[in-house]
Amino acid sequence: MAPREKFDQHLKELQDEVLVLGSMVGKAIARSMNALKERDLELAKEVMSGDTGIDHKRLDIEERCIELIVTQQPVASDLRTIIAVLNIIVDLERIGDHAEGIAKIVLMIGNEPPLKPLIDLPRMAEKTQDMLRRSLDAFIDRDPETAVNISNEDDEVDELYDQVYRELITFMLEDPRTITRATRLIWAAHNLERSADRVTNICERVVFATTGKMGETGESRY
Amino acid sequence: MEFKMQTRKLEFYYGKVRALSKITMGIEEHQITALIGPSGCGKTTFLRLLNRMNDVISGTHLAGDVLLDGQNIYAPQVDVVEVRKRVGMVFQQPNPFPKSIYANVAFGPRMLGLNNKAKLDEVVERSLRAAALWDEVKDNLGKSGMLLSGGQQQRLCIARVLAVEPEVILMDEPCSALDPLSTLRIEELMRDLKTNYTIIIVTHNMQQAARVSEWTGFFLLGELVEYNKTGEIFQRPKDKKTEDYITGRFG
Ligand SMILES: Nc1ncnc2c1ncn2[C@@H]1O[C@H](COP(=O)(O)OP(=O)(O)OP(=O)(O)O)[C@@H](O)[C@H]1O
Ligand SMILES: [Mg+2]
Repeated sequence: MAPREKFDQHLKELQDEVLVLGSMVGKAIARSMNALKERDLELAKEVMSGDTGIDHKRLDIEERCIELIVTQQPVASDLRTIIAVLNIIVDLERIGDHAEGIAKIVLMIGNEPPLKPLIDLPRMAEKTQDMLRRSLDAFIDRDPETAVNISNEDDEVDELYDQVYRELITFMLEDPRTITRATRLIWAAHNLERSADRVTNICERVVFATTGKMGETGESRY
Repeated sequence: MEFKMQTRKLEFYYGKVRALSKITMGIEEHQITALIGPSGCGKTTFLRLLNRMNDVISGTHLAGDVLLDGQNIYAPQVDVVEVRKRVGMVFQQPNPFPKSIYANVAFGPRMLGLNNKAKLDEVVERSLRAAALWDEVKDNLGKSGMLLSGGQQQRLCIARVLAVEPEVILMDEPCSALDPLSTLRIEELMRDLKTNYTIIIVTHNMQQAARVSEWTGFFLLGELVEYNKTGEIFQRPKDKKTEDYITGRFG
């Protein structure tokens, strides 16, 4: 048996768990956006109760990390992997919270008449999910270049946010009766914009885990 | 920046066998430098070259320079006794003489010609205090050094080195025979001592190197593979061999 076989096994399991958490979070974003689009209050409630599962998963991974630190005294790339995981799971959990935030907005909107068909918001959600999935792949592959590229794609989400924001402001200016409904949609868009920012944090952790370099991979406009 | 000690292309042979090849390394003053590496990689050999302890082994051969404050300690006119006074050594096994605590500490100064009782008393107290042993032994200075615990014996050996007022202290696995608490006390002591001394420690305990040292050198097969700030070595080593060794994937 190689000297660190068991430890390597644990490190691999740890990263598999991060992927599991990542897919839970990605689904939460997709489902919350579906709930918003379809005004599906039941689905929104499911997203909200599902957030507890995400929180638990994150705590479970955090505990595994601490156990590995205590029992294995990791250094160098082993340490960086564990520190990266500890940071990534915080970002994942927060993205989960943003999905929950959108679900709450769905419940607030309830059965109010729709303001407009949603087009850019679902696009933002899709883009965010896509960036999220690829950022975690880049983590598993220790691919800092891809991570930096994904990080730069945050601009697209920011642009969509700008667009949504401007459009909704126009609605409000033209007809003040839309203010409440438009504001809710702005919140939803804001949750997505923040989520994409969290993905850029994950990308920074990919760079750190691989090279040991800390710092921002790109600049968000917000 | 002037180094306290420096080796330049230092090579060492036991007979025909080369134990060290071209080691160029600068030791910063008032810092702790840790040397790590697998058994047989030449750490002890290197350390002993820094105060000419290898001189006594016959059939050995050296090339390159060892500088202390810029002076080559192997230059012909240099007095070996003077070198060993300026560069003291603490060994793996605590090795007090079978004499009283007082006599152990007073040994060096006496050898160097100090015989005034009051002055000796003062040196003994100061050295034992600096070695964080005074409070434990002050009422029993006549007791044999051999009767102390392992951790106390090691601190006695450190006091013995301090008594001759060295500038550099070499430590070869000073804690490997000690329990965890005594180990931490020696580490604490090292941190205190570095205000006045320059310390170089060989250790197999990676956590110890990470805890106490500012600089870490990784030796492998007689070569200095990587030498950098300790934080860098343990967070982002540059060489794959260093990474493999410190993460336990060596060999
Ligand atoms: N007196 C000696 N005569 C001949 N060869 C020696 C002598 N001392 C050491 N060597 C050889 O020189 C090499 C380096 O030994 P050294 O004791 O410096 O290693 P080390 O890194 O201190 O190892 P360890 O961690 O086990 O103490 C080894 O191959 C060893 O066998
Ligand atoms: Mg040795």
